[in-house]
Amino acid sequence: MAVVKEFTKGLWKEMPPFRLVLGLCPTLAVTTSAENGLGMGAAVIFVLTLSNMLVSMMRHIIPKTVRIACFIVIAASLVVSLELLMQAYAYGLYEQLGIFVPLIVVNCIILGRAEAFAAKHGVADSIADGLGIGIGFTMALTFLGSLRELLGNGTLFGVQVFGDAFQPFTIMVKAPGAFICLGLILAGMNCINRWQSSRSEGEPVSVGCQACGACGGCAGCKPAQLKPMESKAKEG
Amino acid sequence: MDVITIFISAIFVNNILLAQFLGNCPYLGCSREKSVAIGMGGAVVFVTIMATLFTWLMQHFVLDTFDLGYLQTIVFIVVIAGLVQFVEMFLKKMMPSLYSALGIYLPLITTNCAVMGVAILVERKGYTLITSLLYACGYSLGFLLALLLMAGVRERLDTCRIPKMMAGTPIALVMAGLMSLAFMAFKGMAQ
Repeated sequence: MAVVKEFTKGLWKEMPPFRLVLGLCPTLAVTTSAENGLGMGAAVIFVLTLSNMLVSMMRHIIPKTVRIACFIVIAASLVVSLELLMQAYAYGLYEQLGIFVPLIVVNCIILGRAEAFAAKHGVADSIADGLGIGIGFTMALTFLGSLRELLGNGTLFGVQVFGDAFQPFTIMVKAPGAFICLGLILAGMNCINRWQSSRSEGEPVSVGCQACGACGGCAGCKPAQLKPMESKAKEG
Repeated sequence: MDVITIFISAIFVNNILLAQFLGNCPYLGCSREKSVAIGMGGAVVFVTIMATLFTWLMQHFVLDTFDLGYLQTIVFIVVIAGLVQFVEMFLKKMMPSLYSALGIYLPLITTNCAVMGVAILVERKGYTLITSLLYACGYSLGFLLALLLMAGVRERLDTCRIPKMMAGTPIALVMAGLMSLAFMAFKGMAQ
């Protein structure tokens, strides 16, 4: 049962990047269409599941002091194999995703899960966690990609959805659309969280850097937590 | 291509954060205060230029010579991780004041995709060493600029009333979108 729980938590409760704000670069960059989002997600599932498995298998061998370097090397080897596989079997997608395929190495999600989960849990749990988080990430990317493609092109997976009268918002498939779309989705998630917590009277689930806690990779969190901004806000 | 065109292209037209989406984690995480933003931006400028130099040399004198192109990703990340470690040790020993200023940001840069992104980008475009270094300089200055602008905006945001559900990351992302919209106006000035 524990394995199932580890798997399902990635699908909604800890779904990156909507619930845990991790791995934003590929999320913003490749989601110009639903197809690209799905492809990127599949690539991340591959790397994340295998890296979780390998890290978990080697967790007793790796010395604590150099663990981050070891995790990065494991992830990098997997990404190299992924690149070769994609060049052989999915060259179109490889060209589409471009620079973001090698950049999976420095995706916060991979390192974050290795550090926060796989280094402390057994192999089966780690694989379940990797698969769950990977599938959650894929769903999020596909959703964002569909939304942007729908609004920006009027298509979904390349199929025309709206009639000729629809005037596409070209901005949605360009850079600004990515930021605005994701921002609004996160706001929507906050809204859902508050509604859920007010209904169950449970602890409110926070979205953002505070929730992840363990992102060895994500550069953001630590400095931000050092100096709370309340005092400054009051001055103004 | 002359130096000014390269700089305009790298800083404004192809801004690494707002047009190419590289390094967004520190963009949202380290943009709460201007001082933090300057520290992070400065560290990124330094490491990006160094990393581009070393990865370019590795690519041309090791990988290409021995026909090991497929190892690019793994070699680059190891070079960057080693470089960051080395820079940290060097600064600690030789320039303690700068070290304490950059402090916690240095180790975090290893996983900043801007650094690795620039290294791969200039490699894929096949630039010469000098052009690559100029691009690295321009891209990282663009990063610093965008980070600083965002920090300025977010310091003001702290004193504003915003809807509760938009507070924090969502409003920052929307601000980034608007900023990106403004940067789109530079398109056409250079490739």
